Amino acid sequence: MNESQHLSSQFDEELSRLRTHVLQMGGLVETQVSAAIDAYSTGEIASVKTIVETDRKVNELEKAIDDDCAHIIAKRQPTASDLRLVLGISKIVTDLERAGDEAKKIAKGVRRIYENGHMPSQYGVGIRHLAEAALTMVREALDAFARLDTVQATEVIRADSEVDTEFKSIIRQLITHMMEDPRTITTAIDIISIARAIERIGDHAKNVSEQVVYVVEGRDIRHTKEIIK
Amino acid sequence: MQIHDHPQLKAEARNLNFYYGEAKALKNINMPIYDKKVTALIGPSGCGKSTYLRSFNRMHDLYPGNRYEGEIRFFPDNTNLLSPDVDPIEVRMRVGMVFQKPNPFPKSIYENVAYGLRVRGENNRRVLDDKVEQALRGAAIWDEVKDRLQDLASNLSGGQQQRLCIARALATDPELLLFDEPTSALDPIATGAIEELVHELKKRVTILIVTHNMQQAARVSDYTAYMFLGEMIEFGKTDEIFIKPQDKRTEDYITGRMG
Repeated sequence: MNESQHLSSQFDEELSRLRTHVLQMGGLVETQVSAAIDAYSTGEIASVKTIVETDRKVNELEKAIDDDCAHIIAKRQPTASDLRLVLGISKIVTDLERAGDEAKKIAKGVRRIYENGHMPSQYGVGIRHLAEAALTMVREALDAFARLDTVQATEVIRADSEVDTEFKSIIRQLITHMMEDPRTITTAIDIISIARAIERIGDHAKNVSEQVVYVVEGRDIRHTKEIIK
Repeated sequence: MQIHDHPQLKAEARNLNFYYGEAKALKNINMPIYDKKVTALIGPSGCGKSTYLRSFNRMHDLYPGNRYEGEIRFFPDNTNLLSPDVDPIEVRMRVGMVFQKPNPFPKSIYENVAYGLRVRGENNRRVLDDKVEQALRGAAIWDEVKDRLQDLASNLSGGQQQRLCIARALATDPELLLFDEPTSALDPIATGAIEELVHELKKRVTILIVTHNMQQAARVSDYTAYMFLGEMIEFGKTDEIFIKPQDKRTEDYITGRMG
């Protein structure tokens, strides 16, 4: 990644503003995810409303950032690392926005469970652990973007397969519950959709990290097994 | 940088040095020019890209004190264009040139195009008519001038004059065409017409183009070479140079970071 300045200081400002906005948006998504997980453990469904409201801000930021990207492309015709940064950002915001949507889904699922008078903890599956792992991925993907650190991005990509494995094991446990006692089916299905949302958040964090590698090194590692050259 | 799967070579600079008197303007340039491809030379003013371009048709021979070292091999016959045994006039028959500003001769449209053929000794009217039409068609200007071939070339618009100059260069069936910033004096529409023409021309002729407009290099060329202070810094496929250059100096130049 090129750290030296452009001849046009305005262009420098535009790019740095763009990055700041992405980090702001990432920060919001991170709070959404973290609040949704807390709601799951504590049953404080009041925070669901906040999560939904935050989602609106996230959506607005996504549109604003995409608009800025379009302006930069039209006005500056970025090339090389600048081009990769703008392209990468436009993909990153899509993933962040979707991660925010997943957080919203978690929050709504939690609300349904508690409103029906159930306690997800009764099921004793490792949702909390799964969620922490996904949240860490989001946090580190954003750090990797902020510092354009491909080593950290690579770690996030690796962590995704652990989250996937854990997700599958949770599903197996819940299926067992449902087979043993059909009365658990309603809640178990809600928990499955929550687990699914968490797993998707991990995927989005991974996608963000893949874009960080593209921005920095120009290597497109999506849909490959390639992590380290 | 390693390049694989390339087309045939049309020319190749080998250890090319060039001196304006004492001043060394080109430093050990090694570069392939691929057949029927467009190669763009980019770099800041004074980097040697025009000097390099002009070496291909021996334009430097016109001034005393200029000196070449090394070779420019021309294929398929493997001639060294720079060899003192090779007649510059012959070189220029095979290597045409189009300049920054359109420079038609103060003659008719027809005579501008026929000029190179007449120099070659061609005087048969039918042959000339035929060649002139072909060249004008090749330069995408035939329809605009076919009814006024005897008009003075200077009456044409800038963009038309430039296409006329391209027709003039095409008339002698060159194998390599050199373009030295061919659109810097033209408006965007005329520029677009020339770029479109370059795309058509590469079906039958190899093109080497110097341009200050990096977007133009990105649009028209297959290969791009970045030069700086007389050196060839990076040569590669245009797609790679503009998305993922290997050398930081190339990156700084194309992203507008060089001050």
